[in-house]
Amino acid sequence: MLAKRIIPCLDIRDGRVVKGKRFEGIRDVEDPVTMAAFYNISGADELVFYDITASAEGRKLFTEMVSDVAKEVFIPLTVGGGINEVSDFERVLTHGADKVSVNSGALRDPSLIDEAAHRYGDQCVVLSIDCKRVGNEFHVFSKGGREDTGRRLFEWASEGTGRGAGEIVLNSMDTDGVRQGFDLEMLDKLSSLKVPIIASGGAGGMKDFSVLFKQLPWVSAGLAASIFHYKEVSIRDLKHYLRSQNIPVRC
Amino acid sequence: MIALIDYEVGNLFSLQASLKKIGADSILTRDPDVLRSADGIILPGVGAFGEAAEKLRSFGLYEPIREIADTGKPLLGVCLGMQMLFEKSYEYGEHEGLCLLPGYIGSLREDLPSRDAIVPHMGWNELSFTSKEAEKKWTGKEDGIYTYFVHSFYAKECEEVLIADTDYEGIRIPAFVGKDNVFGMQFHPEKSGDDGLRLLSEFIKLTK
Repeated sequence: MLAKRIIPCLDIRDGRVVKGKRFEGIRDVEDPVTMAAFYNISGADELVFYDITASAEGRKLFTEMVSDVAKEVFIPLTVGGGINEVSDFERVLTHGADKVSVNSGALRDPSLIDEAAHRYGDQCVVLSIDCKRVGNEFHVFSKGGREDTGRRLFEWASEGTGRGAGEIVLNSMDTDGVRQGFDLEMLDKLSSLKVPIIASGGAGGMKDFSVLFKQLPWVSAGLAASIFHYKEVSIRDLKHYLRSQNIPVRC
Repeated sequence: MIALIDYEVGNLFSLQASLKKIGADSILTRDPDVLRSADGIILPGVGAFGEAAEKLRSFGLYEPIREIADTGKPLLGVCLGMQMLFEKSYEYGEHEGLCLLPGYIGSLREDLPSRDAIVPHMGWNELSFTSKEAEKKWTGKEDGIYTYFVHSFYAKECEEVLIADTDYEGIRIPAFVGKDNVFGMQFHPEKSGDDGLRLLSEFIKLTK
């Protein structure tokens, strides 16, 4: 049986790991290779690196960082941030990334998904969706959550998978940083899709992961950042806890 | 020296980096003479079987690989490279493989009992070894390991060369196969953490 995946997400600026509270007051945390090696030893199933750099120089440092990590840590690596054209896929995949996550770039030009999936395979293309409640609808946001595209969650997610996205990361902007659990109601909108769904936003403790996998058994993975970075939850402890709850995990 | 066959199917960055990490020298090559002089050969691959088989032929590697395997040199196929070791594949048509192992490649989608099951089989899955001895020898452990899979087709009717398999949605998927000097891993050892590196190291030991 496939193991439920636990995925720490690392925000990278100028080649360094950062984690800001709601993107403000960003502070330097650690060297990406050190942190990736630490997570690997702790039992992380995959790592996500998200480039929040805007400059070309920072982009170059990010690409170098990907290859530094890929030479030391041998678990699947997903990278995202600043992926706007197929050449961006090429840039990171040749430096050791296994999957590439697209968000605003795909909203601006959805054919990016088709092209990348055709060229590198569906399993390489991860569609990352930032979503928030607007009235009683679930809207998709772009540009790091700054712009309401007006698109509905299910409609965009099914279009994305139809175009070839092999996985979806659903980031709930409503629960992000709130630490009261994953957004089960929002995630449930994607229950009929035939690709792995990764839940993101809202993890505050170990129990939130067991609730996620018990309530929505079709969810493949849980992603979080700060609770792992600040060592509030150790991935090793989390895995043992989940196993004691009869949730299949690798540990 | 390990020859890593570069026949334009997929990215070899991680495989080469993983060999370096475990202290094995490797070279990317599609030169049959380099393959002949190597201590061991790794046949990687991702993508479609038909295209990959065609590339092997167009680079003039099909016969040399078969001949070299017959000399007893250790050969490891990884992912699609593992599938290529079998007799044929029914992935979009019918394609001939290297015929080094008995069995063929079929579609997971067609065989999965539930139509709701997700294809590809992607993620970490647990290996079941056919014997405790094999498990101990290859993994150094006795309580099972997980490895990372990404594939939509799988080996069938290969019981006689099975070393370990895994369960996905009610189907037993051959994960690790081998006979004499020819081995295949359906999962990605270069993406399976420290347990994956250990499996690769065991293969490398055979080349010394």
